[in-house]
Amino acid sequence: MTDIASAEFDAGTAPLSAAGVGDYWALLKPRVMSLVVFTGFAGLWVAPGHINPVIAAVAILCIAIGAGASGAINMWYDRDIDAVMNRTLGRPIPAGRMQPNEALSFGVMLACGSVILMGLAVNVAAGALLAGTIGFYVFIYTMWLKRRTPQNIVIGGAAGAFPPMVGWAAVTGDIGWPSVALFALIFFWTPPHFWALALFRSGDYQKAGVPMLPVVAGPRETKKQMLVYTVVLWPIAVAPYFMGIAGAAYLAVAAVLSLCFTGFSVAVWFDATDKWPKRMFAFSILYLTLLFALLILDRAPGGLLG
Amino acid sequence: MSVSMEEFLKRRKSRNKAILAVLVGLCVLFYAITIARLTH
Repeated sequence: MTDIASAEFDAGTAPLSAAGVGDYWALLKPRVMSLVVFTGFAGLWVAPGHINPVIAAVAILCIAIGAGASGAINMWYDRDIDAVMNRTLGRPIPAGRMQPNEALSFGVMLACGSVILMGLAVNVAAGALLAGTIGFYVFIYTMWLKRRTPQNIVIGGAAGAFPPMVGWAAVTGDIGWPSVALFALIFFWTPPHFWALALFRSGDYQKAGVPMLPVVAGPRETKKQMLVYTVVLWPIAVAPYFMGIAGAAYLAVAAVLSLCFTGFSVAVWFDATDKWPKRMFAFSILYLTLLFALLILDRAPGGLLG
Repeated sequence: MSVSMEEFLKRRKSRNKAILAVLVGLCVLFYAITIARLTH
């Protein structure tokens, strides 16, 4: 057995990479990517107009690769705090399976490739929006806000909210108001979703020095703001119906789900343990997934009500 | 983190196969985009 640590190139050149394919896959944050692909597809699906199925598939692929690229660059930049948080300790860079520069070059290559492909194969508007999304996540959220303000995920949440607009722009070539409503839905959903997680992971964030709201302002203030955001979500969640991109079935289910989301927030308010924050975090994922699934189903041939 | 030479060679082989798959995928993708654009 030979240790490759001693088989490195001369000083000044990169050492041999010990990263496997799985490590590159992990860099793309596949779970985040799946939600981004799903919401991006919803934007594309509900947009008025026609798009060639191959071009639609390319648009979704570009959204997926762009999201993955953002994740890879994020892991490169956050490698120092990833190494102190239990949740992120096993990521390829802090675990020592990948050199930071490998992750950065991989992320930049994917980011440029996805934007260029989107711009050339789909349309310039979608390409520009995708570039803006990646830039927002990397520069505004990861490098600027995340370590400086407890409002990090409020403003940074915009990065995760762009994909439906990208999908919409892929079909229409512009930004329509309904796509802005889908953006708002994810934007206002993000704070209660992440703060529910932060409530039961605050120790991790505190250790890493990330000023998440529960760490800086305490659980009480966090729970209050979570409640406010879930109430703000009521009109936004039902807006797709009034904008004509969803039917009555969507309206009814969205109203019920939004009330449930607020109900979870109320339960979190009265709960001093981790039990209800964990439940609310799980429900928040279900909430957004169901709303976007309903939007897609409502536009499927026959619609939700047949 | 250090790994054995055997493990290193295994990982490099799998990386090369993945790169080959990506390149083939890109060829198919660009072919499909061209056809889709021409017939649009």
